[in-house]
Amino acid sequence: MECTEKEYQYWLYSINGIGIKKVAALLDNYNCAKEVFDASENSLKKIGKLNEKDVKAILYRRDIELVKRNYEKLHRKGIHFIIKEEKEYPSRLKHIYDSPNALYVRGKLPKEDEVTISIVGARNCSEYGKELAKYFASEMAKCGIGIISGLARGIDSFSHMGALKSGGITYGILGCGIDWCYPAENISLYMEMIEKGGVISEYGPGISPKPGLFPMRNRIISGMSDGILVVEAKEKSGSLITVDMGLEQGKNVYAIPGKITDPLSTGCNNLIKMGAKLVTNPIEIIDDYIYSKKKIEIQGKNFDNLLETYEKIVYANLSLEPKHLNEIIDETKLDINIVVDTLLSLELKSYVKEVTRNYYSLTLVP
Amino acid sequence: MFSKAYSAAIHGIDGVIVNVEADVSDGLPTFEMVGFLSSEVREAKERVRISIKNSGFRLSPKRITINLSPADLKKEGTAFDLPIAVTILSAFGYITQSNLEHTLIIGELSLNGQINPVNGVLPIVHSAKEQGFYRCIVPIANVKEGAVVSDIDVIGVNTLEQVVQYLNNDKYIEPEYVDIDSLFQNQMMQSANDFSDVTGQESTKRAILVAVSGMHNILMIGPPGSGKTMLSKRIPSIMPELSFDESMEISKVYSVAGLLDNNHALVLERPFRAPHHTITTSALAGGGKVPRPGEISLASRGVLFLDELPEFNKNTLEILRQPLEDKSITIARLNATYSYPTAFMLVAAMNPCNCGYYPDRKRCNCSINEVKRYLGKVSMPLMDRVDICSETYSVNYKDLEKKENSVSSLELRKEVKRVREIQLERYKNEKFNFNSLLTPQLMNTYCGLERSEKKLLEDVFDKLNLTARAYHKILKVARTIADLDDSERIKRIHLSEAISYRSIDKKYWGE
Repeated sequence: MECTEKEYQYWLYSINGIGIKKVAALLDNYNCAKEVFDASENSLKKIGKLNEKDVKAILYRRDIELVKRNYEKLHRKGIHFIIKEEKEYPSRLKHIYDSPNALYVRGKLPKEDEVTISIVGARNCSEYGKELAKYFASEMAKCGIGIISGLARGIDSFSHMGALKSGGITYGILGCGIDWCYPAENISLYMEMIEKGGVISEYGPGISPKPGLFPMRNRIISGMSDGILVVEAKEKSGSLITVDMGLEQGKNVYAIPGKITDPLSTGCNNLIKMGAKLVTNPIEIIDDYIYSKKKIEIQGKNFDNLLETYEKIVYANLSLEPKHLNEIIDETKLDINIVVDTLLSLELKSYVKEVTRNYYSLTLVP
Repeated sequence: MFSKAYSAAIHGIDGVIVNVEADVSDGLPTFEMVGFLSSEVREAKERVRISIKNSGFRLSPKRITINLSPADLKKEGTAFDLPIAVTILSAFGYITQSNLEHTLIIGELSLNGQINPVNGVLPIVHSAKEQGFYRCIVPIANVKEGAVVSDIDVIGVNTLEQVVQYLNNDKYIEPEYVDIDSLFQNQMMQSANDFSDVTGQESTKRAILVAVSGMHNILMIGPPGSGKTMLSKRIPSIMPELSFDESMEISKVYSVAGLLDNNHALVLERPFRAPHHTITTSALAGGGKVPRPGEISLASRGVLFLDELPEFNKNTLEILRQPLEDKSITIARLNATYSYPTAFMLVAAMNPCNCGYYPDRKRCNCSINEVKRYLGKVSMPLMDRVDICSETYSVNYKDLEKKENSVSSLELRKEVKRVREIQLERYKNEKFNFNSLLTPQLMNTYCGLERSEKKLLEDVFDKLNLTARAYHKILKVARTIADLDDSERIKRIHLSEAISYRSIDKKYWGE
């Protein structure tokens, strides 16, 4: 039985404990993956980067039938295995430092001429961050921009959701094996993205989420995108790693400002101080990438659609930060019955949402 | 010589008359007691003999037999000491037998002849009256409690010697008298907790008003220190005053539990019970080898407040389901079943998350999952029985300063009474009299909606993904709100307010 070079490569990249650095060392010593497969134990031991455990792992996995079987399994699961040398491999990624040797893809990869923007931010985001992530993602996706994020909790999930909501395309970069949905509650989002966008990872099936893997995937997020938008980030946030990598790779960095007293916006405000572009409207990002194409008009919420006076008063009193019913009553000086009734009708019209019981905030994306 | 006296045992919250018979005859000097006795009644033997001796009566060596009948009822407690001593003394000729007729005797004896207080005097005196007794002899420490029952003489006694003198008509003891009207009057004057003490939280106050008016159970969610406990404590102050019958019902429970004394002869204020979250199932529901009423019965006709709801043991809370619906709990034991009233209003309070500050992201760092997990600790079947849910918010300084708007408990109580009367009138042909007890079948009759309101409810149903149960709760609460507004028809504003009170839905918590 014979294997193709690609299958040998798949074999090489899927050995436990053999990362990018060690693979590079191996390929320096041998011409191709097939030669690594055929190498003797003694010659493997001579490579400085490998310890005894690694050599054992390589020898243990040398089973040509198993390699074939696993490779077929990948295909059956609808997972594409793409190596750096292939033309499907995103050219944007080829040129970054430490670029992954191979990618596992479910769904599709962004096209070469597709504008992609990554949206990153805090996991424990506020209502403000959540609404803005959804809003920016949905507006940009409407203009055909691919939204890239990490499928994590918080801003990541809401960006994907926003893009999907407006019928756009969105890509999720995983920090674990391609067949793991982490966090598990995102499973429906994960499935929808496979269908309408793509889920991408440099790790093969079965690799469980480990804290060490997540910062690594940030280089792919920044590398695959043309610009990075930070929605909400604390002073020491993982999102800032993505920004750092993006800067090294020469990408544009955008940040949404927040209150200076708000710890969740400190990271963004600091980025702005250091020269990131302050954005308050999705159009400011879209303008940077889409020149000639006919721009799709951005439909903000039209305040004038609110006919009733009470609705206008209550609407004007609300913001993206959740406000308690009592405060609304206090500030509008309206009767509790009227406020509650108005809030309900605004909620039915999707202008307002009840965040938790009796806390209300505006909503930008229905 | 044979002699007979009357006493009573507690069964649930009722007294059951027990005949105490003594026979003194020749033979070997022994002291026998029969009649399905528990060990504390058996021990009465020693207390009785020594206290008789120490009260100055000499018993010649005879064969003494005591029988407590009905013989199939388990006799518990120490209240039989005194009647046993009295029948023995009567059998020995120290007391005229005919003087024991129509007299019910209870009390625990000390070795020196003193009479100690016992539990359950009120229900015992109450059943004595119903059985046609003329007088009750009770320990002096329990005399006020017994005296609230009218049309029966209640005599408080201190020593065994005094009892003998009294029964032989050597010494007159004035029957105790309690002026119930003035008791009730005094109570109304002094209510320490008033709603006007709480500043801010207007929406929650309104929710409480609605809840009390229709006897809906309520859940308050809010950050620590926002006044959940303070508000709950004031709920009894806006409930209508206790009627005499209600007061008797609760007082019986308290009497059985041993919570009444001469200073509190009758429960006059609506109970407020706030058990700690480490409470066991039997302490909450009632139970034990000899069943005792639990917290849910002690809270009957008042408020059962469960603070930190998620911290309660799930199994403990599950037992609340049946009492909440039946308004009584039945505890079965091998030889009897006991029933206690549980017509309480459930008030629960909890934080929105572990740290307590969600959705204030400046202070709360809980992930959405943690928030959901915290919420998931609450028993959902129990939540199904909570009609109203209100969220309190952290009060700021401005609220604390502001005094002008706070309504007093008195005004709120007036409202509550008015709404309750409307309900009484409406449900006069039904078995219940509160909106909260409306069944889905009866809703069509009492909560009819016009077309425009139906349309609103339909929109909300789709938009907010309500369940059928939530739908019924909204209707029930809207009925109460409409009653508060003195409107027979449920209007849009009533519905929208009821919708804002709908209880938490796990699915929508933080999305």
